[in-house]
Amino acid sequence: MDALLQFLLSGVTVGAVYALVALGFTIIYNASDVVNFAQGEFVMLGGMITVFTYQAGLPLPLAAVLAIAITSLVGVALNKLALEPARGAPVVSLIIITIGASIFIRGAAQLIFDKQLHRFPSFSGDQPIHILGATLVPQSLWVIGGAVLVFIGLWLFFTKTLTGKAVLATANNRLAAQLVGINTGWIMTLSFALSAAIGALAGVLVTPITLVGYDVGVGLALKGFAAAMLGGMGNPKGALVGGIALGLLEALTAGYLSSQYKDAVAFIVILAVLFVMPQGLFGKSTTERV
Amino acid sequence: MKLSSKWVQLAALAVLVAVLPLFFPSGYYYRVGALIFVNGLAVTGLVILIGYAGQISLGHAGFAGIGGYACALAPEHLGLPPSLSILLGAAISALLAVLIGKPILRLRGYYLAVATLGFGILVSMVLTNERALTGGPDGMAVQGLALRKILRGWGWRLSSGEFWYVMSALAMLLGVWIALNLFQSATGRAMRALHGSEVAARTVGIDVARLKLQAFVISAVYASVSGSLLALQNKFVTPDIAGFMHSIELVTMAVLGGVGSVVGAVTGGAILTLLPQVLTVFAEYEQLVLGLVMILVMIFLPRGLLPSIAAKMKGRGE
Repeated sequence: MDALLQFLLSGVTVGAVYALVALGFTIIYNASDVVNFAQGEFVMLGGMITVFTYQAGLPLPLAAVLAIAITSLVGVALNKLALEPARGAPVVSLIIITIGASIFIRGAAQLIFDKQLHRFPSFSGDQPIHILGATLVPQSLWVIGGAVLVFIGLWLFFTKTLTGKAVLATANNRLAAQLVGINTGWIMTLSFALSAAIGALAGVLVTPITLVGYDVGVGLALKGFAAAMLGGMGNPKGALVGGIALGLLEALTAGYLSSQYKDAVAFIVILAVLFVMPQGLFGKSTTERV
Repeated sequence: MKLSSKWVQLAALAVLVAVLPLFFPSGYYYRVGALIFVNGLAVTGLVILIGYAGQISLGHAGFAGIGGYACALAPEHLGLPPSLSILLGAAISALLAVLIGKPILRLRGYYLAVATLGFGILVSMVLTNERALTGGPDGMAVQGLALRKILRGWGWRLSSGEFWYVMSALAMLLGVWIALNLFQSATGRAMRALHGSEVAARTVGIDVARLKLQAFVISAVYASVSGSLLALQNKFVTPDIAGFMHSIELVTMAVLGGVGSVVGAVTGGAILTLLPQVLTVFAEYEQLVLGLVMILVMIFLPRGLLPSIAAKMKGRGE
């Protein structure tokens, strides 16, 4: 029983990170129909920039805010310089552009920073919290809390604010949105900035637990992508549930079956879900237009 | 395309392959050439899947892994000669492609991408984790092909590089020939109709599911044979052959050169194989340059290198 609780707690922590990456995917997908494979690099940048500005003497909160701000700019640049010029290209081309961007950002990070693994201190100490025989590091609460707050924030943004509704309108039909006076170019900039910021936040929150290096992005992007697919692409609720479910699956597999195959089981379950529900758990079915 | 005649394309490739060695300053270039042809073979398979039938796969390195490890494991455990192991690998890949293709190919776009990606990762994970059988992440040794000894018996003393240059070139030309034939056949035309619009293709009576599966299986066999040849000429194979990055490399090669045309895709394969060799001087900047090239080509030459250039030249001529 203690073991089960322990696995559940660590699963939710990892799942919260996947959920944050998946939420980032969702925002960009909603606004522009692009699956951004460079999403994992935003997480890496968030962690790495915080590490290096903190080592340069900046206080940790300031370093984190700076990292999130810089990563947002990288997100905006990605859209303006790489995706906007290729508007209307087929899915394969867009996948290659964002994978190219991800390789580029990784190469740049390797030159600007270094190839070592880094961490900075946890936000509220490393004294483990004991819950019913299981233990939890305080930083886990920051990660889980961060994911929940971001989800609630996004939900309020998309349902209660005019700007949020403008993003949804742009996603639905770009031309129609323009016709009713929405500045779709600005909406796109906003979406990429927001998505990159959420990715960077995930990096800042999780670095004290998992460490950060220039190449952590690929794995996170794959898991976040899988989580978003599991929940149904483009649905924030799906991203949250998909992320947590994936984290739990991995933790339970690692605990009870085999730690080597924890990633395998995650992908098997995703394949199974896609076979039964080709649109993911919460996705809407669509009809192809001729 | 103006150079559309099947034989012109095939002859151009064959002449290029035969003439290039005259300019090789050292034996090392045969190795690079062989690598280009092996990649060209896998990429030609992807042209059938992505360029003809319009289906994406981010997991084809998984099939290359099966082909590669078949050549490593079958001679050791089943006593099969390496040449037959290539066929065994291809057969296993084809069978697996049918089994997973049936459910997976109902998915579209990004969903198909994640499903194939999942398959590729599963294969590379099995190869990495089953240490007892595959040697784990360190990989395992592969026996050489007996054919080279036979040729030596006949008095043809080819170096390993030269031998594999010829073998890989023949394999690629055969693959290209089959792909070009398919392009003009009824099946190829049906695949391209499916690419244009699935609903429309179904309306005119095309068995969409069966056709997608055919394209998937054919391209899986291409990838498998390419993986076998790679393992045989390296005399070594590691799980990287089935890795996510290898899948991405293959798709990038195909799309970079022009996924609608076999010759274009093979050119893309050649460029991406050569790029790291050229960039070893700037090893630090390799990833930076590779990423930049991928982005720039997709933005400025959206149909791929060769078709875009061909279209430009045609436009100027008129």
